[in-house]
Amino acid sequence: MRQPASVAATLERTDMSEEDEFELEPIEILELPLDAWHRDKGARMVEFAGYHMPIQYEGIMTEHIWTRENAGLFDVSHMGQLMLTGDGAAEALEVMVPGDISALKEGRMRYSLLLDEDGGVLDDMMITAVPMGLYVVVNGAVKWDDMGYLREHLPDEITINHMDDRALLALQGPKAVDALKRVVSGVDALYFMEAGSFFWGPKTDPEPLWISRSGYTGEDGFEISVPAAHAKALADQICAQPEVKPIGLGARDSLRLEAGLPLYGHDMNPDIDPVEASAAFAVSKRRRAEGGFFGSDRILNALANGPARKLVGLSVDGKMPVREGAPVFAGDTHVGVITSGGFAPSVGAPIAMGYIDAGHNATGSTLEAEVRGKRVSVTVSSLPFIPHHYHRKGAHT
Amino acid sequence: MTRYFTEDHEWIEVDGDSATVGITDYAQSQLGDIVFAEVPATGATLKKGGDAAVVESVKAASDVYAPVSGTVIEGNGALEGDPALVNNDPEGEGWFFKITLSDTSELDSLMDAAAYKAFVDGL
Repeated sequence: MRQPASVAATLERTDMSEEDEFELEPIEILELPLDAWHRDKGARMVEFAGYHMPIQYEGIMTEHIWTRENAGLFDVSHMGQLMLTGDGAAEALEVMVPGDISALKEGRMRYSLLLDEDGGVLDDMMITAVPMGLYVVVNGAVKWDDMGYLREHLPDEITINHMDDRALLALQGPKAVDALKRVVSGVDALYFMEAGSFFWGPKTDPEPLWISRSGYTGEDGFEISVPAAHAKALADQICAQPEVKPIGLGARDSLRLEAGLPLYGHDMNPDIDPVEASAAFAVSKRRRAEGGFFGSDRILNALANGPARKLVGLSVDGKMPVREGAPVFAGDTHVGVITSGGFAPSVGAPIAMGYIDAGHNATGSTLEAEVRGKRVSVTVSSLPFIPHHYHRKGAHT
Repeated sequence: MTRYFTEDHEWIEVDGDSATVGITDYAQSQLGDIVFAEVPATGATLKKGGDAAVVESVKAASDVYAPVSGTVIEGNGALEGDPALVNNDPEGEGWFFKITLSDTSELDSLMDAAAYKAFVDGL
C-alpha cells in the first residue's frame, strides 16, 4: 500500500536526494534527549520537524482516550524554548506580535502570534513573563526561522537565548494534577496560563523546573521545562504514577483537533492573518486601540469589516474522514479548503477544520467536501468539538 | 487454496478462478487503528496494480491495490459498520473484496507466504 499522494512525494524526495549529493549537506535527523527512553517504551519513531519523534506507543486511539480520562506524558522537546532578555524586551517584541506583552505580569503567560511585515502568521507561540525576561515557546518545525526573524527585528540589546539544553515535557489530562503534585510539590497551586519555578528531586540537591499550567489537548495539564540531563529521571518518575502513560504525536494531533486548536503549517501559514485564523482573541484590546504592529492596518481592517475567509470547525457526515487539502464547495462554488481533518476518537466520528469564505462560514452552514472525487456533507460547527477542561482561576471545578 | 502476497502488503487467496483480497497483518499493525474502509462495487473491473479500495487509519488514508486483474464479485459490507475488523482479523473476517481473475498467470509475479515473510523481515 502506498499513500494516495505518496508517489509524487517519493519522486520529489528522490530528486532532492540527488541534488543533495552534489550541492547540499545531507540533512541529519536529530535525536531528542529522550530518544532511547521512547524506544524502550515501545514507541514507533517517525521523522517530524527534523527529529526522530514517537508517533505512538500502544496505538493512537487508546492513547487518545487514556489522555482524556487519565493523564498522558508527551515529549515535546522538539519545540523551541527561547529566553528573551534585555531592557524593553516586551515592547520590542510587540512590534511583531499583536498581544499586550508589556502588561504581562510575572508568572503569567499568553498565546500569541509571530507576524511578518504584512500581518501574515509566521508562527504561534506561548509567551511567559519570567524574572529574567520573556520565556517563549515556539513550534519545532519553524524554530530556526523564528530565531532568525526575531534576531533581525529585535534591537541588538535584546538577547535571544535558545535553551537547547532543556527538554520540554507535557503532562495532560484530568488526572495530570494528581500525578504531578506527587512528583513536584506545589504545582497544584497554579491556575490555567500561570507558570512558576518548582523544585524537584532530593532536598539536598533539588533541581529547579519551570512549569506552566497549559497544554495542547484541551484538558487540564502542565508543561515542564527540564534540563536535558535530568529529562529521563523526571519522565520515569512521572510515568511511574498510576495515572500516567506515555503518549505519542499521533494522539497529540487528534486531541488538539478535537480541542479546536490550530496546528501551525497546516491551519496557519504566512498567507493567513490572525483574524482569518480565528485568533482575533490574540489581538489585545490595547493593541487594537493603538495599532503600530506589523500588518496592523490589514488586521484592524479585518477586525472591523470581517475577514474574507475564516478558520472554522466542520463536523462530517458519515464515517469517511475528510483530510487536509480537500476542497470545500457550496453547490458548484469552491468556497474553501480543509486544513486539518481526521477521525476524532472522543467524538466517535470524523471532524475537520478549514478555511471557508465569508458568506458560507456561519455556524450551521451545510457545505460539501470533496474526497477522492466524492462529495461528503460537512457542517460548520462551533469549536471546540470537545469542551475544554482548563483549571481556570475563579471557575468552579 | 493458495495464498499469495504483494510488496504493497495485500494478500490474495485463490480458489480456482476466484479469489479473496485483503491487507496483511503487517500492514494493519503499521497503519494502526483503522477507522474507515471503502471497498469496490460489485461488477467493478480492476486492473493489476490499480486502485481497488481505500483504508484509513486515524492518521492517514492509504490505497489498496488489486494484486491481479479481474471483476469484483463482492465487497466486504461488514467493514462499513466495523472497520476495526481489519485490525482484529486482517487475514480473515477483515477481507476487502472477492474477484474473478481475468488472467491467472498474473499470480506468478506474487510472493508466497515464506517470500513475503522474508520481504517484511527485510523492511
